[in-house]
This record gives sequence, C-alpha cells and structure tokens, in this order.
Amino acid sequence: MSGTFLGMPGFASGARRRGAAENGNTGADPGFPAFPEAAHTSVHDERLRGNLRHATHTIRDKRARAVAELADWAELREAGRRIKDRTLRHLDRYLLQLEEAVTAAGGTVHWAADAAEANRIVTDLIRETGETEVVKIKSMATQEIGLNEALEAEGIRAYETDLAELIVQLGDDRPSHILVPAIHRNRGEIRDIFRDRMGDWGRAAPEGLTDTPADLAEAARLHLREKFLRAKVAVSGANFMVAETGTLVVVESEGNGRMCLTLPETLISVVGIEKVVPTWRDLEVFLQTLPRSSTAERMNPYTSMWTGTTDGDGPSRFHLVLLDAGRTDTLADATGRQALRCIRCSACLNVCPVYERAGGHAYGSVYPGPIGAILTPQLRGTESEIDASLPYASSLCGACYEVCPVAIDIPEVLVHLRERVAARGGPGHRLERAAIKAAGWVLDRPGVLAAGERLAHRTRALHPGNVPGAGAWTDSRDLPEMPAESFRDWWRKNRT
Amino acid sequence: MRVALFVTCVNDALYPATGVATVRLLERLGVTVDFPAAQTCCGQPQFNTGYRAETAPLVRRTVRAFEGYEYVVTPSGSCAAMLRRHYGQFGPEAAELGPRTYELTEFLVDVLGVTDVGAYYPHRVTYHPSCHGLRLLGLGDRPRRLLEAVKGLELVELPGAEECCGFGGTFAVKNPDVSAAMGTDKVRNALASWAGVLCGADNSCLMHLGGTMSRMGVLPRLRPVHLAEILASTEEEPLT
Ligand code: SF4
Repeated sequence: MSGTFLGMPGFASGARRRGAAENGNTGADPGFPAFPEAAHTSVHDERLRGNLRHATHTIRDKRARAVAELADWAELREAGRRIKDRTLRHLDRYLLQLEEAVTAAGGTVHWAADAAEANRIVTDLIRETGETEVVKIKSMATQEIGLNEALEAEGIRAYETDLAELIVQLGDDRPSHILVPAIHRNRGEIRDIFRDRMGDWGRAAPEGLTDTPADLAEAARLHLREKFLRAKVAVSGANFMVAETGTLVVVESEGNGRMCLTLPETLISVVGIEKVVPTWRDLEVFLQTLPRSSTAERMNPYTSMWTGTTDGDGPSRFHLVLLDAGRTDTLADATGRQALRCIRCSACLNVCPVYERAGGHAYGSVYPGPIGAILTPQLRGTESEIDASLPYASSLCGACYEVCPVAIDIPEVLVHLRERVAARGGPGHRLERAAIKAAGWVLDRPGVLAAGERLAHRTRALHPGNVPGAGAWTDSRDLPEMPAESFRDWWRKNRT
Repeated sequence: MRVALFVTCVNDALYPATGVATVRLLERLGVTVDFPAAQTCCGQPQFNTGYRAETAPLVRRTVRAFEGYEYVVTPSGSCAAMLRRHYGQFGPEAAELGPRTYELTEFLVDVLGVTDVGAYYPHRVTYHPSCHGLRLLGLGDRPRRLLEAVKGLELVELPGAEECCGFGGTFAVKNPDVSAAMGTDKVRNALASWAGVLCGADNSCLMHLGGTMSRMGVLPRLRPVHLAEILASTEEEPLT
C-alpha cells in the first residue's frame, strides 16, 4: 500500500473512477449549466428566495441558541475535528476492522468503488429477495449514486419515507437542501403536490386536504404506513459506523427511519467510507454536535443503532455496501481531504448568503451550499462546466467555517480548488491568467503603476459611467468616480 | 512612533481620500507616517482567484517594501487579513510580515490605546463590519468603540450586520447576479436603519455597496464613508 493511499483497501482509485464516469453515474449531468447561469434564474425567483430566506434564517437563529447553551462547544468542535482526522489518516485500517465486526455480527459487507458498482450490488441484492418494491430512509449516499433511478430502470420501485423526501419524490423534483430537501417549497405547494400525486404512488391524499401542518403530516402518515407494513426490503444510509463493534447509526426526527430499520426482512445500507468512527465512545461528541448544528435540537428525537442481525428481532438479513465514489481520491489531497470530515449537518448551508439567494438546485449536485461547492468537485472532478464553476460559488465570507461543527475550513478548500481549476486552463481561465499576469507586471513596477493611475485620473472626465468590458459589474452597480489624483501623487506633493 | 502606511492598491487609485484621512488621523495622534513607495498590491485578488504562482512576486514586493518597520498600518481589513492569514504560505520572510501588520482600528485601540481620537462627525451612522474584519481578523467591537467616541455621531444598528455584502473580489464579477442580490439586501438593511451614512473599514465593500446605492437611486440619502475619514474629521476640519 503506497504512502498516499488512505482509502478503501484493495482498490486502485484512478482506474475505478474512470469506470464510474463512463457509466455515467457519478459525473455531473453534462447539460447542467455552470453555477452563475443556474443561479441567474433562482436569484430572480421571488417566491423561492422568500421560502429560502425564511427557512434558513429561522434555523440559523435557533442553531445559534442551541450551540450557545453548551459551554464546551469549542472543545467539542475540536474533538470532532480530531476524531475525524485521525480516522481518515488510518481509514483503511478502520474499514477492515469494521468489515470484520459487521461480518462477525451476521452482516455481509460489499465494497463499491463507484456509483455504478454500488447500484449493481444493491439491485442484485434486491433481486435475490424476489421483491420489486423497497422502502427508503433518507440518505445522501443513495442520492449521490442515483440509486432510485437505477432501481427504477431495473423495474424496482423505491419509496422515500422521509417527509421532505416524499414531497420531492411526489413532485418529480430534486432535493435542494441536505437536511430539508423540500426547503424550497411552502405549505401551499406541498398540499397541491400531495393532492395531485399521492394517488399515483399509493394511498391518495384525503378529500379536502388543507395546508395546515397537522393535516399534511397526517396525510403523509397514512400514505406511508401502508408502505412500512408491506415492505420486505429497506434501503438506508447511515450517519456513523462504529469500527470496533460494526454498529451503524441513523439519527432522525420523524421515526420513519426506525420503521424501515425494524419492520422489513432485508436491510441494505449504503454508506460512504468516510462515515466510520473508531469507537462507540466517539459518538459522544457527534451525537451532541450533529443535532444542535442541524435541527437546533439538544438531542435528535430518534437515534437508531443496529449491529448485524439478531434472531427474531429486526431484519434477518443485513448488507452493508461501502461506497468509495471519489472519496479515496479526495483523501489523497492533503488540503481537500478535510471535506470528508463533514457530518452533513447542513449548518453551513443555512448561514451561506450565496446558498440563500441561489437555492440548492443551482449547485447541480445532491450536495449544495458551501460543503457542496468543495465536496462535489472533489468527488466528481472538475471536468464539467458546473463542477469547474462550483469553487467560485462563494464570496469567501467565512460564515460556513465559523459554524461547521467539525471545523472544515471551507474557504481554504475553495481557494485550493480554484487553483486546480485555474491550472487546468480552459478558455475563460486562459484569458484570466493573461490578465492577471499583465496586471502583475504593472503591479511589480510602481513607476508604471503611478503613470497609469495619473493617465486614468487625468482623463477621468472622459470615462463613461459604465465602462465597456466591465460588463457583469456595471449591469447592476455603478463604478466609483475616478478621483482627481492618486494617493501616491498626493503624498509626493504634500509629504515629501 | 514611526509607522509604515500600507494604503492598498484600491485606496491608492480610487479612494485616495481614505489614505489622506489615515495620514491626518495618525499624525494628529502623534505618529510619524511613512509611505514606502515601492508598495503596490498585496496579491489578495490573485490569491483568492486561484493564481498562487502569480501572487508570489507581489508578496515578495510587499515584504520588501515594508522591511524594517515595526508597525505596518492599513485602512483595509481584507488586505490586513491577506498579510496576516495567508502570507505564511509564501515562506518565512513573508510569514514574519503578518504579525507586524495592523488594520487601522487594531492599531488605534491595541497599540495606541485610544478609542476617543477627538473626532467630530454629526451624522447618523451605521456600521458594516465586513467579513474579513469580522471573521478573519476578529476586530470585534473595536470599530464600534471608536465610532461611539466620535462627538456628534449617532451610531445605529445595522440589521443583518454580520452578513456578507456580496463583493468578494472576483466573486462580484464571476457571480454577478448573486453578488448584486446580496449587495441590494445589504443596502436595504442600511436604509431600514435610517442612517445617512453606511460606514465600513474596507473600501472594496464600500465600492460595491456605493455602486449598488447609486444604481438603486438612494444616494445621497444614504452614502458610503470609510471609517478613517470619519475618525479624521474634526470640528476645525470637518468632513463634509
Ligand atoms: S461542512 Fe460542516 S457545517 Fe457543512 S454540512 Fe458538513 S459538517 Fe455541517
């Protein structure tokens, strides 16, 4: 094993990655526009911006209060950072330990190098059961690999049971937030989706459905209950995997996940390899920081933990699919690897001024917001337009870093990825590099700079209000008026 | 005490008044100000856009320009943050400049130990702390304390003060729609505070916000003014 190889045991990462891209499962949709174009529409969608603004501001204020309650928040954050970093440094070892523990407890471990392989494994496992329907727990990993679509293509229907995921699924929509996938929808829209679409997927919405939260929740409960009681197979992800015991952990607010984890006969969990923690004890940190950062709760309402299989209790068959899909490559990058510490709390989305205006869909990935802007281009590479534009989808204001419970320095990684994109070139970046070089030449010669400034100041009456070429800037802002002389010249005249 | 003024390229070319105000203010407080003419740009925009190799010569130039000065003072939070937080990546010599560099309010409060600089500015003012000042430098309440001591000045709360104004250097050009939306919201919040002046300690943010105000047609009911200019203003020589 080479020095930089820190990921999944037994795989050479590069070759597998290319295989995944060829299968079209992990790469970006080639037709998806770059971030600025995608955001152009959403920025001008008043309703969307209203929904987002309201939701993110409410949750960010609540989070701040929940975090302020803990006197040792800074220590917890640092502990979380360290646990994750240490685990990532020895990831291969912990994964093997995990595999051993899961197997000993009666589970089966599968290794998937990319999305296509993971989807194939899950499809085959479901086929073996003879079932054509599965219930699903909200999971970012299965969204990332496009599992629902892959199953659909094989004649297997996956039912989302998380309320917000259900709204997204019924609405033929895409999630736009890690924690609250339907954050971009308001109550009226949700009522309409339930009324129009529930019947197509199972039990229809009750007559005269209103948009009160209690009514909407009851409609979803009735609709989902049927599915829980019928399903023989469930698919989940996991928030954590404990290496020493082979235990998987899901935290949630609704209890739907727990129904999926206990009622069916077969449970298949698809989990990113970075989700492992060494010991049970490590959960002490994350079970405090995760709920406070995500839902602003002191403790999440449901914490489900399962270890292999137990006779007469819960699913009798348990499969764990460990997903790489770009994670090993990410791990090999000393600066970018910190993105793998992410516990998907979504606090960074809720404080991000760019996310708030652009909306989650503009990021062209299941991981939106600041974490998406650094994770997606690392997992998928920066070849597509959207992936190359993501590292620039930030003003580097630093609000995300400030709230992140595992202290991911998102601005640092953004700049690091910008270097990668700029170094690769491409038409826009070639011009940009030339301009930066030219400016650098002038800036390295104060005499030339002063002459240039003097010329600009002297001809200031001739400057049009909107300078041609400043395009994007002057579309929405006016440039400042050119002063009569530079500071440099004032100093020369008055102080020397 | 002798200090080197790092005026920054934006202030040099577009906002000389801020540089002049900084000089007047520091001299009034008994400080001798030098302006090393070899300085140009700290390299922040290049660095933040992903051009590290192109940043390196500017870092070297800046380090050379301020060699031998115990204090380098700058009226720009974001450039101070570049020197303090990122120069370390460009070698030991560059790393050593950061700790000697002070953003203006840090220098006044921490080094000179003053909050009342004898300024007079009879206006209703609200303060935009700017991301770099707030989060990278941790200026905290230093600007506030300085403003509160200004005679005649009424300081009012800026709603959503901690939010980014949307400038972000090349972000404003690469993501114009989102940037403009952020700027507009910031200006709306400033208008809601009923202040006549939006004060900041970074002319990059103020350029973006001033440009937005101009486009929104709210000038001069609300106008951007750099903190240094307010602090330099006195009853004898008032800033108009
Ligand atoms: S990057 Fe940090 S704040 Fe954002 S989702 Fe991940 S853990 Fe939460």
